[in-house]
Amino acid sequence: MPRRLLRDGKVVVDDWRALSETPAADDTALILTFDQWLSERDRWLVRGGPLGVILAPAHQAELLAPDLARFALVGAEFPGPSEGRGYTQGRLLRERWKFTGELRATGYVRRDQLFFLARCGFNSFELPDGELETAAAALATFSAEYQPSNDTGLAVKLRHRSVP
Amino acid sequence: MYRYDVIDKTLVDERVAQFRDQTRRFLAGELPEDEFRGLRLRNGLYIQRHAPMLRVAIPYGLLSSTQLHALAAIARRYDRGYGHFTTRQNIQYNWPKLEEVPDILAELAAVEMHAIQTSGNCIRNTTSDHLAGVTPDELEDPRPWCEIIRQWSTFHPEFTYLPRKFKIAVTGSPRDRAASLVHDVGVHIVRGADGELGFEILAGGGLGRTPVIGQVIREFLPREHLLSYLEAVLRIYNREGRRDNLTKARIKILVRSLGLEEFTRRVEAEWELIKDGGLSVTEAEVARVRGFFGPPAYRSLADIEPAAGRETAFRAWYRYNTTEHKVPGYRAVYVSLKKADAAPGDATDTQMDLIADLADRYSFAEVRVTHTQNLLLADVEQEKTFELWRALDAAGLATPNIGTLTDMICCPGLDFCSLANAGSIDVAKLINERFDDYDYVYDLGEIDVKMSGCMNACGHHHVGNIGILGVEKHGEEWYQITIGGAAGADASLGTVIGPSVAKAAVPETLARLLAVYVEQRHDGERFIDTVRRLGVKPFKERVYAAPAAA
Repeated sequence: MPRRLLRDGKVVVDDWRALSETPAADDTALILTFDQWLSERDRWLVRGGPLGVILAPAHQAELLAPDLARFALVGAEFPGPSEGRGYTQGRLLRERWKFTGELRATGYVRRDQLFFLARCGFNSFELPDGELETAAAALATFSAEYQPSNDTGLAVKLRHRSVP
Repeated sequence: MYRYDVIDKTLVDERVAQFRDQTRRFLAGELPEDEFRGLRLRNGLYIQRHAPMLRVAIPYGLLSSTQLHALAAIARRYDRGYGHFTTRQNIQYNWPKLEEVPDILAELAAVEMHAIQTSGNCIRNTTSDHLAGVTPDELEDPRPWCEIIRQWSTFHPEFTYLPRKFKIAVTGSPRDRAASLVHDVGVHIVRGADGELGFEILAGGGLGRTPVIGQVIREFLPREHLLSYLEAVLRIYNREGRRDNLTKARIKILVRSLGLEEFTRRVEAEWELIKDGGLSVTEAEVARVRGFFGPPAYRSLADIEPAAGRETAFRAWYRYNTTEHKVPGYRAVYVSLKKADAAPGDATDTQMDLIADLADRYSFAEVRVTHTQNLLLADVEQEKTFELWRALDAAGLATPNIGTLTDMICCPGLDFCSLANAGSIDVAKLINERFDDYDYVYDLGEIDVKMSGCMNACGHHHVGNIGILGVEKHGEEWYQITIGGAAGADASLGTVIGPSVAKAAVPETLARLLAVYVEQRHDGERFIDTVRRLGVKPFKERVYAAPAAA
């Protein structure tokens, strides 16, 4: 059964492959680990197909900034339920370096994290199969917010309720 | 006080719905325990020794009488008729049923309250000076800033999965009554060189296993930048804080390992990048929030001497349990939750209802929680203090001991808490029994005793003038004693005096420490100052001179 995920609020078949799943030479959408990217950067820069990269929590997102235009997908890995660095990675990629491609949460990702992940700029989520169909609802958990974030538009100011 | 608008209301209602669904999934077996854990913790729900423990947020310790009535009703309906006020100005219930917690949250939401982020590795309730707005010595009322921080920190998408918990305290007075130096971040309202008000920012304070006094990372921050600066601090912490070892995950460890200078440099560099983004707090917003904390309709009165000619008991209460107010004719009145035969910080449902009624009658329908686990009626006419005293006294709420030895801070300890190694409530009882002579206690003057049942230091023992820490030795409860700690603007960490003592020997140990103080003190010298002058040695020698009789 093909791998599925939640992307832009819809359950879709994952059209990306890891290096171990695909011949690197063809034009399939290929996701690299950060180390794979770094060790053969010149090779990947000239490759034809769409390229993605997964950051581990300890990776500083700054390292990707110079090459960000090359990536159609950036992932942040969540090794466990208490991992929180990916939230900062997401915001920096979207807000500081204006990444507009697919921002994917991988690893330990559950529906109860989705609302915050989305507010940090993530738009695709690798969820357990059992949660895929119900998880989209979690994106609408709250209908208001206190902080400006990329999902409310970068120019949105802190809500000044005195100003209608 | 702050009142919810449609946005606040929407958020707490949606939180109740979210948690109701999470609880339902957990009880139906759809959500594994280890996944539910982090979710329930972010709603203040622990699984404790006897039952779940629910911690309800009281933002910066401020309650309306309506809210206090609601807390009383919850204690009556869902608990065993009482609640426990904490050192972070919150309230805890020890006996709720898990399946009823969503209903409790719904009752809280109906009175503009919640349990959001009262536990878990996220930004906790922002605490403040319980005398905010009424103390003559403050530069500015800190509560509007607390509310601005409350909103920014609530459901902050980036900072909900921090390495560890994160506590912020804000004060507006040079006398720090919020223990801000032992918070992850302390925010002090200060006056800048040109006379403008802004903030001094401290970071890296904390108690727990490794107690640290916070250090200044910025001497003056213009007020519009408060949130962007906090965001920069939190971002550095979220990225760099240790996640491999829970006991080394607080920001104090990061500050220490990077060094204050490097930590500060990183914060400042991050802040430079975000300070002109969307987080500026405009004067209009400050004014809007400040409007909620405007002075109540004080009457035009003159100061009087209400205690003159009254009975001794009232005079003692007036002296110890009331404090000065910036408005003539008014007094701030402590409601002591430190009665000899009750757990420190506990209040029953009927006491809460009574205090709420008294707040309606005497103090503009507001009540505050102090970080020393008492309540406060902040705006009482001096002329009414006598009748207020009679009402409080009849309910066991007028123990005249504020700031004295028996006004102990005390965690729930082994009786309730699954983390505790030793009891603390029963030790408080033993101390109360030993020191039941008010003349002696008054003669000792100002002294803070703080007690924790384990290393987590919920009872702030490190910063007690006398600190008592429960430890477990060979299956028995023992107590390690420190002296010389302080929590105010002159905060310091206590020094361990020697080997821990058995439970029954704790009162005698205190008696020996106090005897040294009484013999050695200079005229008018506080216990803490005598300890600072003499060092630990004479105290230690007395305590361990001969075995303390049980």
